[in-house]
Amino acid sequence: MDLTQTLEIASCTDPGMVRSHNEDSIAADAANGLVVLADGMGGYNAGEVASGMATTVIITEMQQILTAARPYDIDQRNNQEIATRLVREQVLKANTSIYQAAQSQPQYAGMGTTLVTCLFFDNRILVAHLGDSRLYLQRGGSFRQVTRDHSLLQEQIDSGLITAEQAKKAQHKNLVTKALGIDPSVEPEIHEYPTKPGDIYLLCSDGLCDMVEDDDIGMTLQALGANLKLAAQQLVQMANDNGGRDNVSVILVRVLREYPGPRGVMAKVFAWLK
Amino acid sequence: MAKLILSMDGLVLKEIPLAKERTTIGRKPHNDIQIDNLAVSGEHAVIVTILNDSFLEDLGSTNGTVVNGNAIKKHFLQNNDIIELGKYKLKFVGEAAPAAGAAPAGEKADFEKTMVLRPSQMKAAADQAKAMAAAAGGGAAGAQAAAVAQRAAAVQAVGATATAAGIADKDPAKAPAAAAAAPAAAVPASATATAPAKPGQPMGAIQLLSGANAGKELELNKPLTTLGKPGVQVAVLTRRPQGYFITHVEGSSRPAVNGQQIGAAPHALKDHDVIELAGVKMEFFIKA
Repeated sequence: MDLTQTLEIASCTDPGMVRSHNEDSIAADAANGLVVLADGMGGYNAGEVASGMATTVIITEMQQILTAARPYDIDQRNNQEIATRLVREQVLKANTSIYQAAQSQPQYAGMGTTLVTCLFFDNRILVAHLGDSRLYLQRGGSFRQVTRDHSLLQEQIDSGLITAEQAKKAQHKNLVTKALGIDPSVEPEIHEYPTKPGDIYLLCSDGLCDMVEDDDIGMTLQALGANLKLAAQQLVQMANDNGGRDNVSVILVRVLREYPGPRGVMAKVFAWLK
Repeated sequence: MAKLILSMDGLVLKEIPLAKERTTIGRKPHNDIQIDNLAVSGEHAVIVTILNDSFLEDLGSTNGTVVNGNAIKKHFLQNNDIIELGKYKLKFVGEAAPAAGAAPAGEKADFEKTMVLRPSQMKAAADQAKAMAAAAGGGAAGAQAAAVAQRAAAVQAVGATATAAGIADKDPAKAPAAAAAAPAAAVPASATATAPAKPGQPMGAIQLLSGANAGKELELNKPLTTLGKPGVQVAVLTRRPQGYFITHVEGSSRPAVNGQQIGAAPHALKDHDVIELAGVKMEFFIKA
Protein backbone atom coordinates (compact mmCIF):
# COMPACT_ATOMS: atom_id res chain seq x y z
CA MET A 1 0.00 0.00 0.00
CA ASP A 2 1.51 3.27 -1.13
CA LEU A 3 1.26 5.93 1.56
CA THR A 4 2.72 8.87 -0.40
CA GLN A 5 -0.75 10.45 -0.62
CA THR A 6 -1.47 9.73 3.04
CA LEU A 7 1.63 10.97 4.80
CA GLU A 8 3.25 14.34 4.36
CA ILE A 9 6.87 14.24 5.46
CA ALA A 10 9.29 17.11 5.95
CA SER A 11 12.72 16.96 7.47
CA CYS A 12 15.68 19.14 8.27
CA THR A 13 19.10 18.40 9.72
CA ASP A 14 21.85 20.80 10.67
CA PRO A 15 25.25 20.55 12.37
CA GLY A 16 24.28 23.34 14.78
CA MET A 17 26.33 26.34 15.79
CA VAL A 18 29.19 24.64 17.63
CA ARG A 19 30.02 21.30 16.07
CA SER A 20 31.95 21.09 12.83
CA HIS A 21 30.18 18.05 11.48
CA ASN A 22 26.80 16.45 11.62
CA GLU A 23 26.64 13.08 13.33
CA ASP A 24 22.88 12.85 12.93
CA SER A 25 21.35 10.92 10.11
CA ILE A 26 17.78 10.91 8.86
CA ALA A 27 15.90 8.93 6.22
CA ALA A 28 12.30 8.71 5.10
CA ASP A 29 10.32 6.52 2.75
CA ALA A 30 6.82 7.92 2.38
CA ALA A 31 5.60 5.11 0.13
CA ASN A 32 6.26 2.49 2.81
CA GLY A 33 5.39 4.84 5.67
CA LEU A 34 8.83 4.56 7.22
CA VAL A 35 10.97 7.24 8.88
CA VAL A 36 14.28 6.80 10.69
CA LEU A 37 16.34 9.24 12.74
CA ALA A 38 19.68 8.42 14.36
CA ASP A 39 22.11 10.48 16.43
CA GLY A 40 25.57 8.97 16.22
CA MET A 41 28.38 9.08 18.73
CA GLY A 42 32.07 8.24 18.61
CA GLY A 43 35.31 9.96 17.75
CA TYR A 44 36.35 11.42 14.38
CA ASN A 45 33.64 10.61 11.90
CA ALA A 46 32.60 7.36 13.60
CA GLY A 47 29.38 8.96 14.85
CA GLU A 48 28.31 9.75 11.31
CA VAL A 49 29.24 6.27 10.19
CA ALA A 50 27.16 4.66 12.94
CA SER A 51 24.08 6.81 12.40
CA GLY A 52 24.40 6.49 8.62
CA MET A 53 24.60 2.72 8.88
CA ALA A 54 21.55 2.62 11.13
CA THR A 55 19.34 4.62 8.77
CA THR A 56 20.58 2.89 5.62
CA VAL A 57 20.26 -0.63 6.95
CA ILE A 58 16.79 -0.09 8.36
CA ILE A 59 15.40 1.74 5.32
CA THR A 60 16.81 -0.61 2.69
CA GLU A 61 16.00 -3.81 4.55
CA MET A 62 12.47 -2.69 5.28
CA GLN A 63 11.93 -1.58 1.69
CA GLN A 64 12.99 -5.00 0.52
CA ILE A 65 10.69 -6.79 2.93
CA LEU A 66 7.70 -4.52 2.31
CA THR A 67 7.72 -5.26 -1.43
CA ALA A 68 6.63 -8.81 -0.56
CA ALA A 69 4.88 -8.47 2.78
CA ARG A 70 2.58 -6.06 4.57
CA PRO A 71 3.12 -5.05 8.19
CA TYR A 72 -0.37 -6.22 9.20
CA ASP A 73 0.05 -9.66 7.68
CA ILE A 74 -0.46 -12.40 10.23
CA ASP A 75 2.46 -14.58 11.11
CA GLN A 76 1.30 -18.21 10.76
CA ARG A 77 3.56 -19.36 13.56
CA ASN A 78 2.20 -17.27 16.40
CA ASN A 79 -0.90 -15.67 14.92
CA GLN A 80 0.48 -12.18 15.49
CA GLU A 81 1.08 -9.36 13.07
CA ILE A 82 4.53 -9.34 11.61
CA ALA A 83 5.10 -5.58 12.00
CA THR A 84 6.76 -5.67 15.41
CA ARG A 85 8.95 -8.60 14.51
CA LEU A 86 9.99 -6.99 11.22
CA VAL A 87 11.00 -3.71 12.79
CA ARG A 88 12.77 -5.42 15.67
CA GLU A 89 14.72 -7.66 13.31
CA GLN A 90 15.89 -4.73 11.19
CA VAL A 91 16.96 -2.79 14.27
CA LEU A 92 18.94 -5.82 15.43
CA LYS A 93 20.46 -6.17 11.97
CA ALA A 94 21.60 -2.54 12.12
CA ASN A 95 22.98 -3.17 15.60
CA THR A 96 25.01 -6.12 14.37
CA SER A 97 26.37 -4.21 11.37
CA ILE A 98 27.49 -1.27 13.50
CA TYR A 99 28.88 -3.47 16.25
CA GLN A 100 30.89 -5.55 13.81
CA ALA A 101 32.26 -2.50 12.03
CA ALA A 102 33.25 -1.05 15.40
CA GLN A 103 34.96 -4.29 16.38
CA SER A 104 36.81 -4.82 13.13
CA GLN A 105 38.01 -1.28 12.42
CA PRO A 106 39.98 0.50 15.12
CA GLN A 107 38.96 3.98 14.01
CA TYR A 108 35.31 3.05 14.63
CA ALA A 109 35.87 1.47 18.05
CA GLY A 110 33.17 2.42 20.51
CA MET A 111 30.90 4.04 17.95
CA GLY A 112 27.17 3.82 18.42
CA THR A 113 23.97 5.66 17.73
CA THR A 114 20.62 6.45 19.22
CA LEU A 115 17.61 5.59 17.12
CA VAL A 116 13.98 6.39 16.68
CA THR A 117 12.09 4.83 13.82
CA CYS A 118 8.38 4.82 12.95
CA LEU A 119 6.41 2.60 10.65
CA PHE A 120 2.94 3.79 9.63
CA PHE A 121 0.39 1.17 8.55
CA ASP A 122 -3.28 0.41 8.91
CA ASN A 123 -4.18 3.62 10.79
CA ARG A 124 -1.44 2.91 13.28
CA ILE A 125 2.09 3.93 14.07
CA LEU A 126 4.72 1.54 15.32
CA VAL A 127 7.63 3.24 17.02
CA ALA A 128 10.93 1.67 18.03
CA HIS A 129 13.55 3.61 19.88
CA LEU A 130 16.88 3.43 21.67
CA GLY A 131 18.59 6.22 23.57
CA ASP A 132 17.51 9.84 23.79
CA SER A 133 16.16 10.57 20.33
CA ARG A 134 12.47 11.22 20.69
CA LEU A 135 9.05 10.99 19.15
CA TYR A 136 6.48 13.67 19.95
CA LEU A 137 2.85 13.86 18.91
CA GLN A 138 0.84 16.95 18.18
CA ARG A 139 -2.85 16.06 18.15
CA GLY A 140 -5.59 18.67 18.35
CA GLY A 141 -4.28 21.30 20.72
CA SER A 142 -2.05 19.03 22.74
CA PHE A 143 1.63 18.30 22.28
CA ARG A 144 3.26 15.47 24.16
CA GLN A 145 6.30 13.27 24.20
CA VAL A 146 5.55 9.71 23.12
CA THR A 147 8.85 7.95 23.73
CA ARG A 148 10.73 7.81 27.00
CA ASP A 149 14.44 8.38 26.81
CA HIS A 150 16.81 5.61 27.70
CA SER A 151 19.02 7.97 29.62
CA LEU A 152 20.54 8.30 33.04
CA LEU A 153 18.45 11.40 33.57
CA GLN A 154 15.18 9.66 32.77
CA GLU A 155 16.08 6.79 35.12
CA GLN A 156 16.81 9.28 37.86
CA ILE A 157 13.46 10.94 37.27
CA ASP A 158 11.70 7.58 37.28
CA SER A 159 13.32 6.51 40.52
CA GLY A 160 12.38 9.83 42.13
CA LEU A 161 15.95 10.96 42.65
CA ILE A 162 15.31 14.21 40.83
CA THR A 163 12.25 16.04 39.53
CA ALA A 164 11.58 16.87 35.88
CA GLU A 165 12.27 20.48 36.81
CA GLN A 166 15.71 19.64 38.18
CA ALA A 167 16.36 17.46 35.15
CA LYS A 168 16.16 20.50 32.90
CA LYS A 169 19.10 21.95 34.74
CA ALA A 170 21.14 18.76 34.94
CA GLN A 171 24.57 18.53 33.42
CA HIS A 172 24.60 14.97 32.22
CA LYS A 173 21.80 15.14 29.70
CA ASN A 174 23.99 13.32 27.27
CA LEU A 175 24.33 9.96 29.00
CA VAL A 176 22.22 7.30 27.34
CA THR A 177 21.70 3.86 28.83
CA LYS A 178 20.81 2.10 25.59
CA ALA A 179 22.16 2.58 22.10
CA LEU A 180 22.61 0.82 18.82
CA GLY A 181 25.98 -0.76 18.01
CA ILE A 182 27.54 -0.67 21.47
CA ASP A 183 26.85 -4.24 22.55
CA PRO A 184 26.45 -7.42 20.47
CA SER A 185 22.76 -7.48 21.27
CA VAL A 186 20.21 -4.87 22.18
CA GLU A 187 16.51 -4.75 22.87
CA PRO A 188 14.73 -1.79 21.27
CA GLU A 189 11.62 -0.47 22.96
CA ILE A 190 8.69 -0.94 20.59
CA HIS A 191 5.16 0.39 20.95
CA GLU A 192 2.15 0.74 18.73
CA TYR A 193 -0.43 3.52 18.78
CA PRO A 194 -3.49 4.38 16.70
CA THR A 195 -3.15 7.48 14.51
CA LYS A 196 -5.76 10.04 13.54
CA PRO A 197 -5.93 12.26 10.47
CA GLY A 198 -4.41 15.62 11.37
CA ASP A 199 -1.80 14.14 13.71
CA ILE A 200 1.68 15.58 13.39
CA TYR A 201 4.51 13.33 14.54
CA LEU A 202 7.87 14.84 15.34
CA LEU A 203 11.03 12.75 15.46
CA CYS A 204 14.01 14.67 16.78
CA SER A 205 17.52 14.32 18.11
CA ASP A 206 18.46 15.70 21.52
CA GLY A 207 19.90 18.76 19.78
CA LEU A 208 16.34 20.02 19.48
CA CYS A 209 14.77 19.11 22.82
CA ASP A 210 17.83 20.22 24.82
CA MET A 211 17.81 23.63 23.17
CA VAL A 212 14.10 24.36 22.73
CA GLU A 213 11.41 24.01 25.40
CA ASP A 214 8.69 21.48 24.67
CA ASP A 215 6.11 24.27 24.90
CA ASP A 216 7.89 26.25 22.22
CA ILE A 217 8.13 23.19 19.97
CA GLY A 218 4.41 22.59 20.42
CA MET A 219 3.63 26.21 19.70
CA THR A 220 5.70 26.11 16.52
CA LEU A 221 3.87 23.04 15.26
CA GLN A 222 0.57 24.64 16.14
CA ALA A 223 1.43 27.87 14.36
CA LEU A 224 3.24 26.50 11.35
CA GLY A 225 1.50 23.14 11.00
CA ALA A 226 0.09 24.31 7.68
CA ASN A 227 3.57 24.41 6.20
CA LEU A 228 5.45 21.38 7.41
CA LYS A 229 8.71 22.14 5.63
CA LEU A 230 8.80 25.61 7.17
CA ALA A 231 7.97 24.20 10.60
CA ALA A 232 10.94 21.80 10.34
CA GLN A 233 13.27 24.62 9.34
CA GLN A 234 11.88 26.86 12.06
CA LEU A 235 12.52 24.24 14.76
CA VAL A 236 16.13 23.83 13.65
CA GLN A 237 16.53 27.60 13.55
CA MET A 238 15.13 27.95 17.07
CA ALA A 239 17.64 25.39 18.36
CA ASN A 240 20.44 27.31 16.65
CA ASP A 241 19.19 30.67 17.93
CA ASN A 242 19.29 29.25 21.45
CA GLY A 243 22.91 28.22 21.08
CA GLY A 244 22.78 25.19 18.79
CA ARG A 245 25.28 23.28 20.89
CA ASP A 246 24.57 19.93 19.25
CA ASN A 247 23.54 18.63 15.85
CA VAL A 248 19.84 19.21 15.29
CA SER A 249 17.60 16.94 13.27
CA VAL A 250 13.86 16.84 12.90
CA ILE A 251 11.45 14.78 10.85
CA LEU A 252 7.81 15.82 10.74
CA VAL A 253 5.10 13.46 9.56
CA ARG A 254 1.53 14.58 9.10
CA VAL A 255 -1.26 12.04 8.68
CA LEU A 256 -3.50 13.44 5.94
CA ARG A 257 -6.24 10.82 5.89
CA GLU A 258 -7.29 7.41 7.13
CA TYR A 259 -5.27 4.51 5.78
CA PRO A 260 -6.81 1.25 6.87
CA GLY A 261 -4.94 -1.80 5.64
CA PRO A 262 -7.00 -3.69 3.06
CA ARG A 263 -8.18 -6.97 4.54
CA GLY A 264 -10.41 -9.86 3.79
CA VAL A 265 -10.98 -11.94 0.72
CA MET A 266 -10.96 -9.08 -1.79
CA ALA A 267 -7.58 -7.88 -0.55
CA LYS A 268 -6.20 -11.36 -0.95
CA VAL A 269 -7.54 -11.54 -4.48
CA PHE A 270 -5.98 -8.18 -5.33
CA ALA A 271 -2.71 -9.20 -3.76
CA TRP A 272 -2.77 -12.40 -5.77
CA LEU A 273 -3.56 -10.52 -9.00
CA LYS A 274 -0.55 -8.30 -8.48
CA MET B 1 38.09 22.72 16.25
CA ALA B 2 41.68 23.62 17.00
CA LYS B 3 43.55 25.61 14.39
CA LEU B 4 46.94 26.99 13.48
CA ILE B 5 47.57 30.57 12.47
CA LEU B 6 50.50 30.88 10.10
CA SER B 7 52.34 34.18 10.19
CA MET B 8 55.64 35.73 9.15
CA ASP B 9 57.08 38.89 10.68
CA GLY B 10 53.82 39.45 12.52
CA LEU B 11 51.80 39.26 9.29
CA VAL B 12 49.04 36.65 9.36
CA LEU B 13 49.21 34.54 6.21
CA LYS B 14 46.45 32.02 6.83
CA GLU B 15 44.46 29.97 9.30
CA ILE B 16 44.59 26.22 9.10
CA PRO B 17 41.94 24.16 10.93
CA LEU B 18 43.27 20.86 12.31
CA ALA B 19 40.54 18.81 10.70
CA LYS B 20 42.58 15.68 10.08
CA GLU B 21 44.13 13.18 12.43
CA ARG B 22 47.56 13.89 10.91
CA THR B 23 48.48 17.30 9.61
CA THR B 24 51.94 17.34 8.06
CA ILE B 25 54.17 20.39 7.83
CA GLY B 26 57.07 20.70 5.41
CA ARG B 27 58.59 22.29 2.35
CA LYS B 28 57.45 19.69 -0.17
CA PRO B 29 54.08 20.23 -1.84
CA HIS B 30 52.48 17.01 -0.58
CA ASN B 31 52.40 18.37 2.98
CA ASP B 32 49.09 19.57 4.41
CA ILE B 33 50.82 22.78 5.40
CA GLN B 34 53.46 23.61 2.83
CA ILE B 35 56.00 26.23 3.83
CA ASP B 36 58.23 26.97 0.89
CA ASN B 37 61.34 28.08 2.71
CA LEU B 38 64.80 26.52 2.68
CA ALA B 39 64.99 26.56 6.47
CA VAL B 40 62.10 24.11 6.47
CA SER B 41 62.79 20.43 5.78
CA GLY B 42 60.89 18.50 3.13
CA GLU B 43 58.98 16.63 5.82
CA HIS B 44 59.52 18.81 8.82
CA ALA B 45 56.94 17.97 11.47
CA VAL B 46 53.52 16.49 11.99
CA ILE B 47 50.60 17.40 14.24
CA VAL B 48 48.54 14.46 15.42
CA THR B 49 45.10 15.50 16.60
CA ILE B 50 43.12 13.11 18.74
CA LEU B 51 39.75 14.55 19.61
CA ASN B 52 40.55 17.80 21.44
CA ASP B 53 44.23 17.11 21.95
CA SER B 54 46.98 17.90 19.47
CA PHE B 55 50.56 16.65 19.59
CA LEU B 56 53.41 18.11 17.60
CA GLU B 57 56.23 15.82 16.55
CA ASP B 58 59.44 16.78 14.80
CA LEU B 59 60.17 14.40 11.91
CA GLY B 60 63.94 14.63 12.22
CA SER B 61 64.14 17.99 10.49
CA THR B 62 67.51 19.59 9.74
CA ASN B 63 66.88 22.80 11.64
CA GLY B 64 64.59 21.43 14.30
CA THR B 65 61.20 22.56 15.60
CA VAL B 66 60.97 25.23 18.27
CA VAL B 67 57.92 25.72 20.50
CA ASN B 68 57.81 28.80 22.71
CA GLY B 69 61.57 29.17 22.35
CA ASN B 70 62.49 25.55 23.21
CA ALA B 71 63.55 22.95 20.67
CA ILE B 72 61.28 19.92 20.94
CA LYS B 73 61.01 16.40 19.58
CA LYS B 74 57.48 15.77 20.79
CA HIS B 75 55.17 18.31 22.36
CA PHE B 76 51.61 18.34 23.64
CA LEU B 77 50.25 21.56 22.18
CA GLN B 78 48.59 24.01 24.52
CA ASN B 79 46.45 26.97 23.61
CA ASN B 80 48.54 29.88 22.25
CA ASP B 81 51.71 27.82 21.77
CA ILE B 82 53.99 29.36 19.15
CA ILE B 83 55.69 26.92 16.80
CA GLU B 84 58.68 28.43 14.99
CA LEU B 85 59.93 27.10 11.67
CA GLY B 86 62.67 29.38 10.34
CA LYS B 87 61.13 32.79 9.86
CA TYR B 88 57.59 31.41 10.01
CA LYS B 89 55.49 31.20 13.12
CA LEU B 90 52.50 28.93 13.68
CA LYS B 91 50.27 29.83 16.57
CA PHE B 92 48.20 26.99 17.98
CA VAL B 93 44.68 27.98 19.01
CA GLY B 94 42.82 25.24 20.85
CA GLU B 95 39.12 24.52 20.73
CA ALA B 96 37.26 27.80 21.12
CA ALA B 97 36.42 28.22 24.78
CA PRO B 98 32.67 28.53 25.44
CA ALA B 99 31.35 31.76 26.83
CA ALA B 100 32.73 32.81 30.19
CA GLY B 101 30.65 32.34 33.29
CA ALA B 102 30.78 28.62 33.88
CA ALA B 103 34.09 27.81 35.46
CA PRO B 104 34.94 24.40 33.95
CA ALA B 105 34.42 25.62 30.40
CA GLY B 106 36.46 22.93 28.69
CA GLU B 107 34.88 20.10 30.62
CA LYS B 108 31.41 21.47 30.15
CA ALA B 109 31.64 21.02 26.42
CA ASP B 110 32.56 17.38 26.92
CA PHE B 111 29.37 16.73 28.77
CA GLU B 112 27.31 17.59 25.75
CA LYS B 113 28.58 14.74 23.62
CA THR B 114 26.15 11.88 23.76
CA MET B 115 27.75 8.91 25.46
CA VAL B 116 26.57 5.47 26.42
CA LEU B 117 26.29 4.40 29.98
CA ARG B 118 26.41 0.65 30.40
CA PRO B 119 24.29 -1.00 33.09
CA SER B 120 27.34 -2.67 34.66
CA GLN B 121 28.93 0.71 35.20
CA MET B 122 25.65 2.05 36.54
CA LYS B 123 25.71 -0.59 39.23
CA ALA B 124 29.29 0.21 40.11
CA ALA B 125 28.38 3.88 40.23
CA ALA B 126 25.40 3.24 42.46
CA ASP B 127 27.48 1.14 44.85
CA GLN B 128 30.08 3.81 44.96
CA ALA B 129 27.40 6.38 45.64
CA LYS B 130 26.04 4.30 48.49
CA ALA B 131 29.47 4.02 50.02
CA MET B 132 29.93 7.74 49.73
CA ALA B 133 26.50 8.38 51.23
CA ALA B 134 27.28 6.08 54.15
CA ALA B 135 30.46 7.99 54.74
CA ALA B 136 28.53 11.23 54.63
CA GLY B 137 26.31 10.02 57.46
CA GLY B 138 22.58 9.25 57.73
CA GLY B 139 19.61 11.55 58.11
CA ALA B 140 17.96 13.90 55.67
CA ALA B 141 21.23 15.46 54.64
CA GLY B 142 22.54 11.99 53.91
CA ALA B 143 19.77 11.28 51.43
CA GLN B 144 20.50 14.42 49.51
CA ALA B 145 24.20 13.71 49.59
CA ALA B 146 23.46 10.26 48.22
CA ALA B 147 21.64 11.70 45.25
CA VAL B 148 24.42 14.12 44.49
CA ALA B 149 27.07 11.52 45.08
CA GLN B 150 25.35 9.07 42.81
CA ARG B 151 25.25 11.59 40.04
CA ALA B 152 28.86 12.42 40.53
CA ALA B 153 29.85 8.79 40.68
CA ALA B 154 27.84 7.93 37.61
CA VAL B 155 29.46 10.68 35.64
CA GLN B 156 32.82 9.57 36.88
CA ALA B 157 32.15 6.01 35.83
CA VAL B 158 31.16 7.21 32.42
CA GLY B 159 34.37 9.10 32.08
CA ALA B 160 36.17 5.85 32.64
CA THR B 161 33.91 3.78 30.40
CA ALA B 162 34.06 6.23 27.61
CA THR B 163 37.81 6.22 27.68
CA ALA B 164 37.92 2.45 27.60
CA ALA B 165 35.56 2.44 24.65
CA GLY B 166 37.63 5.04 22.88
CA ILE B 167 34.94 7.69 22.77
CA ALA B 168 36.14 10.02 25.47
CA ASP B 169 37.64 13.17 24.13
CA LYS B 170 39.60 14.18 27.20
CA ASP B 171 42.23 12.35 29.14
CA PRO B 172 40.65 10.35 31.95
CA ALA B 173 42.44 12.28 34.66
CA LYS B 174 40.22 15.23 33.94
CA ALA B 175 36.98 13.29 34.25
CA PRO B 176 36.82 13.05 38.05
CA ALA B 177 37.54 16.74 38.39
CA ALA B 178 34.82 17.50 35.90
CA ALA B 179 32.43 15.15 37.65
CA ALA B 180 33.06 16.82 40.95
CA ALA B 181 32.45 20.20 39.40
CA ALA B 182 29.31 19.10 37.58
CA PRO B 183 26.70 19.09 40.35
CA ALA B 184 27.93 22.40 41.68
CA ALA B 185 27.86 24.03 38.27
CA ALA B 186 24.55 22.49 37.30
CA VAL B 187 22.29 25.38 38.07
CA PRO B 188 24.01 28.37 36.50
CA ALA B 189 25.37 26.52 33.48
CA SER B 190 22.10 25.26 32.12
CA ALA B 191 20.40 28.61 32.35
CA THR B 192 21.82 29.43 28.95
CA ALA B 193 20.45 26.30 27.33
CA THR B 194 16.92 27.36 26.63
CA ALA B 195 17.06 31.01 27.47
CA PRO B 196 14.18 32.84 25.81
CA ALA B 197 14.71 36.06 23.91
CA LYS B 198 17.36 38.11 25.64
CA PRO B 199 16.00 40.80 27.91
CA GLY B 200 18.06 43.42 26.11
CA GLN B 201 16.40 42.65 22.81
CA PRO B 202 14.06 45.41 21.66
CA MET B 203 10.39 44.51 21.60
CA GLY B 204 8.62 44.69 18.26
CA ALA B 205 4.94 45.26 17.61
CA ILE B 206 2.56 45.67 14.72
CA GLN B 207 -0.25 48.13 14.29
CA LEU B 208 -3.10 47.44 11.89
CA LEU B 209 -3.51 50.24 9.35
CA SER B 210 -6.60 49.02 7.50
CA GLY B 211 -9.48 46.59 7.90
CA ALA B 212 -12.05 46.24 10.65
CA ASN B 213 -9.50 46.40 13.45
CA ALA B 214 -7.54 49.36 12.11
CA GLY B 215 -5.54 51.08 14.82
CA LYS B 216 -5.22 47.94 16.91
CA GLU B 217 -1.77 47.14 18.18
CA LEU B 218 -0.23 43.72 18.75
CA GLU B 219 2.92 43.20 20.73
CA LEU B 220 5.24 40.55 19.32
CA ASN B 221 6.45 39.09 22.59
CA LYS B 222 6.33 35.42 21.59
CA PRO B 223 9.00 33.66 19.55
CA LEU B 224 6.35 33.07 16.88
CA THR B 225 3.26 35.05 15.96
CA THR B 226 1.06 33.92 13.10
CA LEU B 227 -0.97 36.42 11.13
CA GLY B 228 -3.62 36.11 8.44
CA LYS B 229 -6.55 33.86 7.63
CA PRO B 230 -5.96 30.09 7.76
CA GLY B 231 -6.63 28.57 4.35
CA VAL B 232 -6.30 31.94 2.62
CA GLN B 233 -3.00 33.48 3.52
CA VAL B 234 -0.90 33.02 6.63
CA ALA B 235 2.49 34.45 7.52
CA VAL B 236 4.54 34.06 10.64
CA LEU B 237 6.56 36.69 12.44
CA THR B 238 9.52 35.15 14.23
CA ARG B 239 11.45 36.80 17.00
CA ARG B 240 15.12 35.89 16.83
CA PRO B 241 18.27 37.23 18.48
CA GLN B 242 19.04 39.03 15.20
CA GLY B 243 15.65 40.73 15.14
CA TYR B 244 12.25 40.03 13.64
CA PHE B 245 11.55 38.09 10.46
CA ILE B 246 8.44 37.48 8.40
CA THR B 247 7.98 34.17 6.56
CA HIS B 248 5.23 32.98 4.25
CA VAL B 249 3.39 29.92 5.66
CA GLU B 250 0.42 29.14 3.45
CA GLY B 251 -1.77 30.58 0.72
CA SER B 252 -1.29 31.09 -3.01
CA SER B 253 0.10 34.60 -2.73
CA ARG B 254 2.87 35.78 -0.48
CA PRO B 255 2.72 38.74 1.87
CA ALA B 256 4.23 42.03 0.71
CA VAL B 257 6.63 44.23 2.67
CA ASN B 258 6.70 47.89 1.60
CA GLY B 259 4.83 46.93 -1.58
CA GLN B 260 7.29 44.17 -2.55
CA GLN B 261 6.22 40.54 -2.38
CA ILE B 262 8.61 38.56 -0.18
CA GLY B 263 10.32 35.37 -1.33
CA ALA B 264 10.18 31.93 0.20
CA ALA B 265 13.01 32.70 2.62
CA PRO B 266 12.48 34.60 5.89
CA HIS B 267 12.49 38.36 5.31
CA ALA B 268 14.11 40.60 7.92
CA LEU B 269 11.82 43.36 9.18
CA LYS B 270 13.00 46.90 9.78
CA ASP B 271 11.38 49.55 11.93
CA HIS B 272 8.29 51.04 10.21
CA ASP B 273 8.07 48.41 7.46
CA VAL B 274 4.54 48.12 6.09
CA ILE B 275 3.27 44.57 5.72
CA GLU B 276 0.32 43.68 3.50
CA LEU B 277 -1.30 40.36 4.22
CA ALA B 278 -4.68 38.93 3.22
CA GLY B 279 -5.82 42.40 2.16
CA VAL B 280 -4.87 44.03 5.46
CA LYS B 281 -2.09 46.57 5.86
CA MET B 282 -0.08 46.77 9.04
CA GLU B 283 3.00 48.52 10.23
CA PHE B 284 5.87 46.87 12.03
CA PHE B 285 7.73 48.99 14.55
CA ILE B 286 10.23 48.61 17.35
CA LYS B 287 8.98 49.69 20.74
CA ALA B 288 11.32 51.91 22.66
